[in-house]
Amino acid sequence: MTELSKTGAAVGEPTSASQPPKAFLEVRDLKVHFPTDDGLVKSVDGLSFSLEKGRTLAVVGESGSGKSVTSQAIMGLHRLGTSGKNVRMTGEIWLDGKELVSAAPSEVRKLRGREMAMIFQDPLSAMHPYYKVGDQIVEAYRVHHKVSKKVARKRAIEMLDRVGIPEPAKRVDGYPHEFSGGMRQRAMIAMALVNNPELLIADEPTTALDVTVQAQILDLIRDLQKEFGSAVIMVTHDLGVVAEIADDVLVMYGGRCVERGPAAQVFEQPQHPYTWGLLGSMPRIDRDTSERLIPVKGQPPSLINVPSGCAFHPRCPYADIPKGNVTRTVRPELEQVSTGHWSACHLPAEDRERIWTEEIAPKL
Amino acid sequence: MISYILRRTFAAVILLLVVSAVTFAIFFLLPRLAGQTADQLAQQYIGKSPSKADIVAVKHNLGLDQPVYVQYWHFIKGIVAGATYDLGPTTVHCDAPCFGYSFKNHQAVWPELTSRLPITLSLAVGAAVLWLVSGVVAGVISALKPRSFLDRTFMGIALTGVSLPMFFTGNLAILLFTYQWPIFGKTYVPLTENPAQWANTLIPAWCSLALLYSAIYARLTRSGMLETMSEDFIRTARAKGLRERTVVTRHGLRAALTPIITVFGMDIGLLLGGAVITESVFSLPGIGQYAVQGITDNDLPKILGVTLLAAAFVVFANLLVDVLYAAADPRVRLS
Repeated sequence: MTELSKTGAAVGEPTSASQPPKAFLEVRDLKVHFPTDDGLVKSVDGLSFSLEKGRTLAVVGESGSGKSVTSQAIMGLHRLGTSGKNVRMTGEIWLDGKELVSAAPSEVRKLRGREMAMIFQDPLSAMHPYYKVGDQIVEAYRVHHKVSKKVARKRAIEMLDRVGIPEPAKRVDGYPHEFSGGMRQRAMIAMALVNNPELLIADEPTTALDVTVQAQILDLIRDLQKEFGSAVIMVTHDLGVVAEIADDVLVMYGGRCVERGPAAQVFEQPQHPYTWGLLGSMPRIDRDTSERLIPVKGQPPSLINVPSGCAFHPRCPYADIPKGNVTRTVRPELEQVSTGHWSACHLPAEDRERIWTEEIAPKL
Repeated sequence: MISYILRRTFAAVILLLVVSAVTFAIFFLLPRLAGQTADQLAQQYIGKSPSKADIVAVKHNLGLDQPVYVQYWHFIKGIVAGATYDLGPTTVHCDAPCFGYSFKNHQAVWPELTSRLPITLSLAVGAAVLWLVSGVVAGVISALKPRSFLDRTFMGIALTGVSLPMFFTGNLAILLFTYQWPIFGKTYVPLTENPAQWANTLIPAWCSLALLYSAIYARLTRSGMLETMSEDFIRTARAKGLRERTVVTRHGLRAALTPIITVFGMDIGLLLGGAVITESVFSLPGIGQYAVQGITDNDLPKILGVTLLAAAFVVFANLLVDVLYAAADPRVRLS
């Protein structure tokens, strides 16, 4: 119980292990490890969070922090294909009262696409180049609905119309390469939402798109979420996207959560030095061009030999402030700093407060 | 799509003309450039001690006294309108399409080719079906379970198959299955006469040829499948909740098969022009054997005819591949 409440970032009362949680989606101590010839890659190493319907959770972090692996783990995609036998997944993923990690693959398959759906980063490579866009949506609908092709086609046109594709009755017979980037991502969203999923996972949905199109896609996702009341996980490394759309933010580093909380709090009172680094490296229009961005120094951590203690300590400018060798030997657990706002850092609260207000905030 | 096919067909015809010109030049212009006179060329067609008059007559009859481009023009005209050859005492008419006339055994080339074509066709198509099915199936299984026992077995067989020459596998098959255990027939029977007997005699040849080719197809399919199965659109297909079988066939194999069409077209085109070694090993009187005959007899019209037919098959197969490719991959249709 107490162990979970420390590691778990769940808001509110922690529920005991193996009991269905109250939350719509709850991830408990999720670990996704890949054995390779070079060693065990710990892509996700003990991640917990929960999400309610109608809310949007942004998962942020640099490449290799485990954010995409987490989203694919929820979808159960790692266990498929040739890599499926290699992955080691432990922990619990509860979706609407069903546990997915221990569930039979056929059970998860039935949920996939119907209760949980996913939008991918690059809609051009994520759609099959040989099939018409409409046919791909029809296929997604007919896996979970026993309807005729005609009915499914009507549904596909309806969805294309809903996501703002002009002349949907004509475009339904177009091929992915005949669509523009933004239109393709809209079609991808139509495909993901065709079964009214309650959980939508968007894995960097705007990264491959034109900046002007990005805002349109985010607006679309937000509108659709309001309309369908679904829960959304937005995986991104773009803090601009987070500010735009997220209710809650989860910052990942080296396969673990380092900070989590309501978006407003994480932006206004970020607690973790890594979050400070992310904020500092974000370009802003209201900043003088002569001021340089502050990059997070060093390399992302190896997921095979994760640094001991706090995984961020080799890159953390404040690693020497806590007494003793604690940052190098003890892994910091998530602690609640204010209601629903958790952070895993050894820095004493007063030091954090001081560094943020005196050193970091003025530079942003 | 129609204009695409028309454009490609036109290009194919032009290409065939070029091939015919080059082939013709190799056989009739190169010897001249190398210093052979028309007299020496004509001499090949006469007995051991030719008289001066004989040489002049043959030279004239074969058109060797004319410039090469005129000879080429006569050849092309023959294909379209037929040709008449003056053999001294008699004349022979060769109906269109006349691909030349063998003066050595007094036969027009074209009827000889068409009568042999069904044999080569039987061999090539039967073997192609075998190797395509076995190669693709083995490749897919290997790709889905890489480094498994099955994968290693299939790839082992593939490596063996591609390494063993036809002289070996073909003769071994004959030795074992027509002589040691006489399961299969020895002499070719046309399909129209007796289908069972036809298949029976061809099975050893099909299998030997298929072993050689399926190896390449298994490897191609395996690497193609490994590549497509890691594509983003496969992940999307899985995210839809499709059954793994559907993901593999409808999404994976569909994309992996397209490059195989290309190779298949080339292979079948080449084989139709005569499976020279296979036909010789299995004593099948097909086009390949005719080519061997032409070469051993130094009979230029035969060689020229076979070369052109083979070129036509390759060009036609490529045309078919291009059309099929456009049908298979919608991205190709634009250009």
